[in-house]
Amino acid sequence: MSMSRREFLQVLAAAAASGLVLDSKSVLAGNLPAHFYDMPASGNVSFLHFTDCHAQLMPVWFREPNVNLGVGSSNGKVPHLVGDKFLKHYGIKPGTADAAAFTYIDFDTASKAYGRVGGFAHLKTLVDKMRASRPGALLLDGGDTWQGSATSLWTKAQDMVDACIQLGVDVMTPHWEATFGADRMMEVVQNDFAKNGVEFVAQNIITNEFGDQVFKPYVMKQMNGIQVAIIGQAFPYTPIANPRYMVPDWSFGIRDESMQGFVDEARAKGAKVVVVLSHNGMDVDLKMASRVNGIDAIFGGHTHDGIYQPVPVKGPDGGTCLVTNAGSNGKFLGVMDFDVKNDKVVGWKYRLLPVFSNFLAADPKMEALIKKIRAPYEAKLSEVLAVNEDTLYRRGNFNGTWDEVICQALIEGKGADAAFSPGVRWGTSIMPGEPITYERMMDQMAITYPQTTLNSFTGAQIKDIMEDVCDNLFNADPYYQQGGDMVRTGGIQYSVRPGATIGNRIGDMMIKGKPVDPNKKYKMAGWASVTEGVQGTPIWDVVADYLRDKKVIKNVKLYQPKIIGMEGNPGIAL
Amino acid sequence: MNILRRNVLKGAGAAGAVSVAMAAGLLKPGMAFAADWNKAVFESKDLGSVMGAVGGAGAAAGDISVKAPDIAENGAVVPVEITSNIAGTESIIIIGEKNTQPMLAEFNLSNGAQGFISTRIKMGATSNVRALVKAGGKMYTAAKEVKVTIGGCGG
Repeated sequence: MSMSRREFLQVLAAAAASGLVLDSKSVLAGNLPAHFYDMPASGNVSFLHFTDCHAQLMPVWFREPNVNLGVGSSNGKVPHLVGDKFLKHYGIKPGTADAAAFTYIDFDTASKAYGRVGGFAHLKTLVDKMRASRPGALLLDGGDTWQGSATSLWTKAQDMVDACIQLGVDVMTPHWEATFGADRMMEVVQNDFAKNGVEFVAQNIITNEFGDQVFKPYVMKQMNGIQVAIIGQAFPYTPIANPRYMVPDWSFGIRDESMQGFVDEARAKGAKVVVVLSHNGMDVDLKMASRVNGIDAIFGGHTHDGIYQPVPVKGPDGGTCLVTNAGSNGKFLGVMDFDVKNDKVVGWKYRLLPVFSNFLAADPKMEALIKKIRAPYEAKLSEVLAVNEDTLYRRGNFNGTWDEVICQALIEGKGADAAFSPGVRWGTSIMPGEPITYERMMDQMAITYPQTTLNSFTGAQIKDIMEDVCDNLFNADPYYQQGGDMVRTGGIQYSVRPGATIGNRIGDMMIKGKPVDPNKKYKMAGWASVTEGVQGTPIWDVVADYLRDKKVIKNVKLYQPKIIGMEGNPGIAL
Repeated sequence: MNILRRNVLKGAGAAGAVSVAMAAGLLKPGMAFAADWNKAVFESKDLGSVMGAVGGAGAAAGDISVKAPDIAENGAVVPVEITSNIAGTESIIIIGEKNTQPMLAEFNLSNGAQGFISTRIKMGATSNVRALVKAGGKMYTAAKEVKVTIGGCGG
C-alpha cells in the first residue's frame, strides 16, 4: 500500500471537491477488493492472459490514450474508441474503478483514488486467486515482457525471465524480446524456460534459408480432460520495426495460410479448443480472425488496447472467434472461461481485470524476488533527476508530454533544428508533484539500441519519413500497419490527414516557424535507429543531463498536429 | 527438413539455388540461360514498355498466386513464390513494377513442368510484384503489393 488511509481519504475528498464522481461507497467501505475481484469460475477450460507488461515489475501509473484514431473500416470500432465513447460502448459507469482503469478520464484524480496499477507481486496474487478456482488454467504471456525497464535492460531480461517463472507463466510468444538478440532468446528458451516448463511458441518465425520453424508453432495441453491448443503468433514485423541485424536469420510475417495449417493440424490431433496467443496488434488480429477458420479466441497484445470485452468475429466458414487485447504495463489480467460441451465451445465468460495495487496484497515471495533483483541497482534507480509539475505520459497517436521532454532534450543536447522520437506505445506515466527518477526516465527509453543521432535531412526527406511512419499507423489495410503510434516530433509543426494515402497525409510543415523547404537541409536529432553500427551518446545520457540541468519540469507544451478529416471520429477526445 | 539435404544445400548456398539445381541435373546450363535472352526487355526502364515487349499488355486474370510478404523485411532480398495452376503454363515472368528495371526474371518451363517458382527479388520502393504467365499462347497476370518501409518506431 503506497498511500496511508489518511492520504487516501484526503485524495477522495479532493476528488469529490473537483466534481469527480467516484464509486465512493464501495471505495470508502473498503469492500472494493473482495467484490471487485470476485469472479466465480464458469465452464471447464480457462485461460489467464497478460501482455505488454514492458518489464514493469513494480506498480506504476499508466494513462490510457485520448487519441486512438481508427480509419477506413476501423472508424468508430473497438479498439478505436476513447474516453466517454469507450465507456458508453461498454456501458461502464463514469467514476467507477473500471472507468479509471480503461480510460484517460480524470487520470490524475482517478488513479490516485485507485492506486498504482500492475506490479508482479500484485499480479501474482490475482493470478493465484483466479487459479484457485480454476484448476488447470493456463497463464499466457503475450510478449513485450523482457523490455521496457532499466532493470530488464541491465540484467539482459534475466529479471523478467525469473519473475515470469515465479509468476507461473505457461506459454509465451515474443516481440521486443528479439531486441536482446536471437542468441539470448534461444538461451532463455532452451535453458530457463525448458527447465521450468515454460513453452515459447511462434508459428510465424521461420528460418530465412529453408523456412523451417524456429520455435514450436503451438503446444497442446489437457484441461479437465479436454485437449486445448495454444498457437503462438509473434509480432509479424519485428525485423522491420526493430533492428533486422538482431535476428538476422529469421523471417517473420503474418502468415495466415500457415496459421490455418496449424489450426487444422491441432484440431486433427484432437484439440477441442484452439486459441492464438498473439502479438499481432488488435486490428491485425481482427482481420486474421475473419480469414482463418477454427480459432476460438485470439488473446492479443502489441497495440496496448485494454479491451473490456472480446470482439466476436465471423470466420470464412461462419464460426466465431473472440478477439481480445489485454492492455499494457501489467495493468490488466484477462480471464477467459470457456464452457466446452460435446467437444465444442458452447459458452464463455471474459473479464479484463485491472490490477489495482492498492486492492491486491503483494505476494510475499514475488515481492522478495523483486527486492533481490532491484537491490544492486536501487541507488541508481532512485536518483532524482528533476521535479515534475505536469502529468507526463507517452501513449496516444501523437505526441505525449514525455515525448516533448525527450525531443526538447534532443534538440538542446544535440544542437538540432528539430527532433524525432519513436512513437512506441510503452512508457509509464508520472503524476504532478512526483520526482522524475532515473528509473522513471528509463521507462521511456530502456532499449538495446539507444544511440542518439544528428542527421542532415532535406525537407523532402523529413516529409518522406513522416509519411512512411504515418502509413504504418493509418494504412487502411491492417496487414500493412505496424502497431506503433506516429513518430514524435520536436520543433516541427504539421497537419495530418489520417484518412488519406501514403504521400498525401502530411502537410503544412513548419520548422522554426517557417514553412519547410523541400530542398533545404535541416539538422534532425533522433534515437533508436534500426541501422547496424550507428554510433552516438545513449538517449538516457542526453535526457538525464537535460533533466538535471532543468531541475523542474513544468508547463510542458503538448504539441498536437492539426488533424484533418477526423471530425466526429470517436477515437479522439481533445 | 532433411538434415542431409540441408547440409548439401548449405554447402552450395553461396553458389545459389540455380547452380545447385544444375549440379543435381535438374536444369542444364542451356536451359537456365536460354539463347533467346531478351536484352531489350530486361533493360526496359518502365512497366509499359516491358508489358508491351513481352506481350502482356492485354493479359487476363488467371489462376495464379503471387506469394510475397505484405511488408518486406529486407528490400534487398524479398522472397517471392509464384504458382500458376493454368494448364499448359509455358513461362512465368516476374515484374517489379517500380524497379528501375521492372523486368526481373523469366522462367521458361517445358515438358509439363509444374508452374511453380520460388526466388528472391530486390525492391527499392513499395510496389506491385506482378507475375505474367504464358499458357497456350495466351498471357495471364496477377499481382501482390509489397510495401518497402524505412522501419523503426514499432510499438
